[in-house]
Amino acid sequence: MKRLSRYRRHRSVAPTFLVLALFIIGTTFSVASAGTHRSIGTMSRSTAVDEGRQIFLRGCSSCHGLNAEGGGIAPSLIGVGAAAVDFQVGTGRMPMADMSQQATRKQPAFNADEIAALAIYVASLAPGPGIPTEEVSNYERDGNTAQGGELFRTNCAMCHNFSGQGGALSKGKYAPSVMGSTPEQIYEAMITGPQSMPVFGNKIITPTEKLSIIKWIKAAQSEPSLGGASLGRVGPVTEGLLIWTLGLGLLIGIAVWLATKAR
Amino acid sequence: MSVEKKAGALANYVDERTGAAKWLKKNLTKVFPDHWSFMLGEIALYSFIILLLTGVFLTFWFDPSQREVLYQGGYQPLSGIKMSAAYASTLNISFDIRGGLLMRQIHHWAALLFMAAIVAHLMRVFFTGAFRKPREFNWIIGIGLLTLGIVEGFLGYSLPDDLLSGTGIRIAEAILQAIPVVGSYLAFFAFGGPFPGELFIPRIFTVHVLLLPGIFLALITAHLMLVWYQKHTQYPGPGRTEKNVVGYPLMPVYMAKAGGFFFIVFGVTAFLAAVASINPIWLYGPYTPAQISAGSQPDWYMGWLDGLVRMSPPLESHLFGHTISWNILIPGLIVPGILFTGMALYPFIESWLTGDKKEHHLLDRPRNAPNRTALGAMSLTFILITLLVGGNDLLATHFALSINDITWASRFAIFTVPPIAFVITKRLCLSLQRHDRELVLHGRETGRLQLMPNGEFVEVHEPISTAKAWILTQHEQPAALEFPTEDSHGVRAPKGALNKLRARMSRAAVEQVAKPTIQDAKEIEHH
Repeated sequence: MKRLSRYRRHRSVAPTFLVLALFIIGTTFSVASAGTHRSIGTMSRSTAVDEGRQIFLRGCSSCHGLNAEGGGIAPSLIGVGAAAVDFQVGTGRMPMADMSQQATRKQPAFNADEIAALAIYVASLAPGPGIPTEEVSNYERDGNTAQGGELFRTNCAMCHNFSGQGGALSKGKYAPSVMGSTPEQIYEAMITGPQSMPVFGNKIITPTEKLSIIKWIKAAQSEPSLGGASLGRVGPVTEGLLIWTLGLGLLIGIAVWLATKAR
Repeated sequence: MSVEKKAGALANYVDERTGAAKWLKKNLTKVFPDHWSFMLGEIALYSFIILLLTGVFLTFWFDPSQREVLYQGGYQPLSGIKMSAAYASTLNISFDIRGGLLMRQIHHWAALLFMAAIVAHLMRVFFTGAFRKPREFNWIIGIGLLTLGIVEGFLGYSLPDDLLSGTGIRIAEAILQAIPVVGSYLAFFAFGGPFPGELFIPRIFTVHVLLLPGIFLALITAHLMLVWYQKHTQYPGPGRTEKNVVGYPLMPVYMAKAGGFFFIVFGVTAFLAAVASINPIWLYGPYTPAQISAGSQPDWYMGWLDGLVRMSPPLESHLFGHTISWNILIPGLIVPGILFTGMALYPFIESWLTGDKKEHHLLDRPRNAPNRTALGAMSLTFILITLLVGGNDLLATHFALSINDITWASRFAIFTVPPIAFVITKRLCLSLQRHDRELVLHGRETGRLQLMPNGEFVEVHEPISTAKAWILTQHEQPAALEFPTEDSHGVRAPKGALNKLRARMSRAAVEQVAKPTIQDAKEIEHH
């Protein structure tokens, strides 16, 4: 104890304690705020539409209405099709966590079977775009990466950024990153136009062009970071941050060391 | 013949023909003071040399042409895409030329470092008052270098003709067009027709690799010659006066230190270039006016200008059939004009306000010039706000904020926060002066408590060294300027309002906590 108390006025004590305190607060917060995992039991197996309806009544009807007719806070789902359900519920955006600006991507609340049943139920209400599993299955064969990149930069980059990292829209809304999206989800987003996104119908971007865009995005997702750490692929802001912190910081540290008189 | 004799004979041979010995003897023993903050300018100088070296390498392969080509190089995701030769050759440098990407990245990191070091050096010179007489001209040269550096950096960023830099050129064109009356003509001349044309990249290439580097070399030489001639300033300390320079000789101490530091700067730049990607133009794609990307930002040294434009409200007026775009004109030209003119004239403004016409070779401790330090903090806060707004879209997405809120908050903050920073900094300086005074009169608090015989606890104070006390008390505390409002006959003095303003500003400038005098110290001893 005595040995310890000898160092209590050491000039490194205050910074050490500060770092320690920040670390403890940080870990406590991350442990305390960790999401609790919700498990969903297997459902009874009746007809798909009925199953879907049951899930809908349980998980969606409080906002979208008992017959999916919509309400004050949520749109009607009649005619949105299976693609919209697969996208919104499959990416965890629906059910919404809260009524903020925009539904965020998160862990889906339902499993794949339940989502499929929901999609079948909503599709049964009125015809709408279906899940494009068939269409995207050959994107590797039919798509063209370079052409997809050009289409992406022309139609998508103004919101989703040049490399699909996402970007800000007005009033707290945003275009999400497409780095975690599956080919089906990208296709579904283009044909259903979720949230602020416009619908890119087949006359604006042909199905083959859609496959090219998907192929380019998949290539961008797996593209290695050429030339060193990618710094988030968000342009020069992080580069400027790095030169002022690491770059100039390192050099000033060395300058201080060079100007220190030998003791 | 021994080696020494041979070397001596050679030196003699050269000296007999050039007379260099006398000059070298005088200049190699020149003394420079030692402080880490004096090396910030060195960082700028060395990164400029790195820029020249890597820049020459890049010109060997860069094709500054907007001629359309079909890309067939090594980067597959762009294969078969139409692009300008400038962009294609930059892709070639990055992917198909050995060491090309590393050189490009060293060049760009060195450019960011060059500007950061210039700004850091500028802050050091400003806050220590190194710009005062006789160094006003060198300050102006420095501001010139800063301004040209911003232009040079922007042109370099624009050369590859990628989607990001093309967007930057488009904004530059808009700023040019916003100049009343002549704007659209100027833009037409610069681009040789409507935007983007085929002339702009070749033109800015010449400016980037020939014109501006030449001006840089000339200005840097003048900058250094003036430092050499006027001698370097030094921080106050025992034995240091306005008439001497305390430090080490150029040969061998600074030859080794500065030479070594050059390689360290090169090493750090090369290290950054090796581990961190910069300006990945292959991700941006080639420029076409039909495309735009979210999160288009300039390099950091232009970020403040972008921020000013982003926060500006949509003001436009129509006069005699002409549109005046105040929303671009004010943030893009008028505010930067005021900022840079004010910066360049600052040494003269300060000397006019304080009436200080003396030569200064000893630097100010920033706390001893509270008004100037507060003004500096105020300016930095202003620039920092604009810089933050330059990245408002990234702030919005990464901190879950609304871009509209950020814009509106910044419109108020740009007027209110800098003055608050001024007041806080000035108070901090005065508090630090008060602390210095305490330190000189009462010594250092040791944290040791002593129990007196009468039961009283007192903290033991240790007197500070004479050297330290000298540093804390050596500065001058001039009195405020005073101007008679009327002459001896009772006639109102001319320039009354101007003098009143000057007196008022001078009073603010000299506001100080009185430094301890001999009397103060003697009084303490009586206690």
